Amino acid sequence: MSSTTDIAALTNQEYKYGFYTDIEVDSVPPGLNEDVIRLISAKKGEPEFLLEWRLKAYRHWLTMSEPRWANVHYPPIDYQKIVYYSSPKSAKNRPKSLDEVDPKLIETYEKLGIPLREQQMLAGVAVDAVFDSVSVATTFRDKLKELGIIFCSFSEAVQEHPDLVEKYLGSVVPYTDNFFAALNSAVFSDGSFCYVPKGVRCPMELSTYFRINAKDTGQFERTLIIADEGSYVSYLEGCTAPIRDSNQLHAAVVELVALDNAQIKYSTVQNWYPGDKEGRGGIYNFVTKRGKCLGVNSKISWTQLETGSAITWKYPSCLLMGENSVGEFYSVAVTNNRQQADTGTKMIHIGKNTRSTIVSKGISAGHGQNTYRGMVKILKSAEGARNFSQCDSLLIGDQCGAHTFPYLEVRNSTAQVEHEATTSKIGEDQIFYCKQRGLSAEDAVSMIVNGFCKEVFRELPMEFAVEAQKLLGISLEGSVG
Amino acid sequence: MLKIINLHAKVGDKEILKGIDLEVKAGEVHAIMGPNGSGKSTLAQVLAGREIYEVTEGQVLYEGRDLLEMKPEERAAEGVFLAFQYPVEIPGVSNPYFLRSALNSIRKHRGLPEIDAFDFSALAREKMKLLDMDEELMKRSVNAGFSGGEKKRNEILQLAILEPKLAILDETDSGLDIDALKAVARGVNALRSPERAFIVVTHYQRLLNYIVPDFVHVMANGKIVRSGDKSLALELEQRGYSEMDDLAVSELVR
Repeated sequence: MSSTTDIAALTNQEYKYGFYTDIEVDSVPPGLNEDVIRLISAKKGEPEFLLEWRLKAYRHWLTMSEPRWANVHYPPIDYQKIVYYSSPKSAKNRPKSLDEVDPKLIETYEKLGIPLREQQMLAGVAVDAVFDSVSVATTFRDKLKELGIIFCSFSEAVQEHPDLVEKYLGSVVPYTDNFFAALNSAVFSDGSFCYVPKGVRCPMELSTYFRINAKDTGQFERTLIIADEGSYVSYLEGCTAPIRDSNQLHAAVVELVALDNAQIKYSTVQNWYPGDKEGRGGIYNFVTKRGKCLGVNSKISWTQLETGSAITWKYPSCLLMGENSVGEFYSVAVTNNRQQADTGTKMIHIGKNTRSTIVSKGISAGHGQNTYRGMVKILKSAEGARNFSQCDSLLIGDQCGAHTFPYLEVRNSTAQVEHEATTSKIGEDQIFYCKQRGLSAEDAVSMIVNGFCKEVFRELPMEFAVEAQKLLGISLEGSVG
Repeated sequence: MLKIINLHAKVGDKEILKGIDLEVKAGEVHAIMGPNGSGKSTLAQVLAGREIYEVTEGQVLYEGRDLLEMKPEERAAEGVFLAFQYPVEIPGVSNPYFLRSALNSIRKHRGLPEIDAFDFSALAREKMKLLDMDEELMKRSVNAGFSGGEKKRNEILQLAILEPKLAILDETDSGLDIDALKAVARGVNALRSPERAFIVVTHYQRLLNYIVPDFVHVMANGKIVRSGDKSLALELEQRGYSEMDDLAVSELVR
């Protein structure tokens, strides 16, 4: 086996999470209009304010058009063919405890390596699992409740804490923000909600696991996390979907709010079905994620490993409003075969002495196209703001592409902004060099890729850093063989 | 240890090695000299298993086994080491991590236990002293941002740590100043032993003042045209390669 074919070949492993769970579902007919939105809202027994908000979002969405500026290419999406609500039938009357959750669902999550049964869980991780459109189980809830932490599905939050939802929903990502955020606001069906009260340090990782199961279903979940003064929370989301030859739309919105001296660490391991080698099927991952550092000395940190999806369009961002607030973005995005990713961040410096760090690592293999798009904006009010950005691209083979689009806008002369970028390639000569020292091609590639990503991986919570390394290995298997 | 019989190799359509015969025994140091383009580096790369070269004819036996049947990493594990003419940079991978992984991969192949980071660090420090290497280099990525001389010393450091049976040095002297050359030679000489053989590929005689060979071979146009002892290198230095080419031609005609 030659190194040249080595490089032509590390991604051949089949997608492991591509199975489908045959389960009875309660869904609405495909298509979108005000009646569908009213139906979704009614099914969920929502208060009036939320229905009104959804309808306003829908009407606004009708006036918008799909963004076309991203460096990704796909055929037009027929929004009338998508099913906007699907839920496992057994979840219709929400289970009161895990024992009431459909065993088939538990089995699905166990197959995915996400055991919901608390006694089997990694100590210190509470999980909320979202299956198609609804949250099916949240673990460790009672333990968290003792500390005053609310961690539940979004639907429950709407029922039990409508005041918090009304106050913060759309306060970071308004429904007018962009086309996909408007669509999500109109039709979102569930997601996770978390509130950490003043001065509480959440003792465990909170985690949401998203699964798209049903065919032709869009998943539109909404996550809202509020860290009250002096609190801390670390949150992780993971995602998978079955293998299908049609594309599925995933348009989520995540909103984070950090008050004075609060810290939110948000980590994502995204492994949606990427499509097959020829680019058939796969998830369109069009997601809006934004955090607002509202309070002084607050901090929001995004860490993401993006290995899945046919197309990723995603810019987890920070609005740095509070004085001395800090925004961070650490990203590894992998595109292999025919995958396309246009991802990056926006750091908007508003308050004095705000600081931001961007470390982006793009890996392209096969025919993958990987784009970093990032904006650093320093407003006039942001006296003494600082930013450091580093964007590195790694190419494996000669059929893939890496692109970097940094935007800088500085309106205060006391600001310091640094940008560094590199592009490198895993070459046949590097692989041969490693082999000559006794290492296999696989070990050589994983060593080089992990070396390339280590600044990002060390930001992940420990259990997930190990997971991330493994996932990265699988995603690139076959791109060198 | 190594027996090369009528070795022919090409890259693309171009035949570069046109029938090499060479025998190297344990404990010996063989120098291979010759003008640019004579096939010296190709021979070194073919022995290491570089895939861009296609062997079209001939045989290479290493400790009685067919070397050409073995994958490059297998050859390395079996004790074949190539010090590269142009050592490759691997940004992001730390030099000690790389070296320890290589050492452990080879140790595993030999049925030895893995060496831990502490023992490795002690071993590396000892070998670096021998080569007069700056310890800073152990904090950096593999060859990344190294000067030409630092890269070559790093190759010899790897040689010293991996302790191969057959070490092939491909123009390790090129681009070295005299101090670096002496340090490299000191490293190599310290590794000479009755169990280990060296093939030293070089363009100039200079290196051979410090690493004294048992045999000198001259290559021209893909063949070994003359073999002799160390005095051949001196003769070559005086007469130059151009005369050697003529000689090669006349020998071929004869």
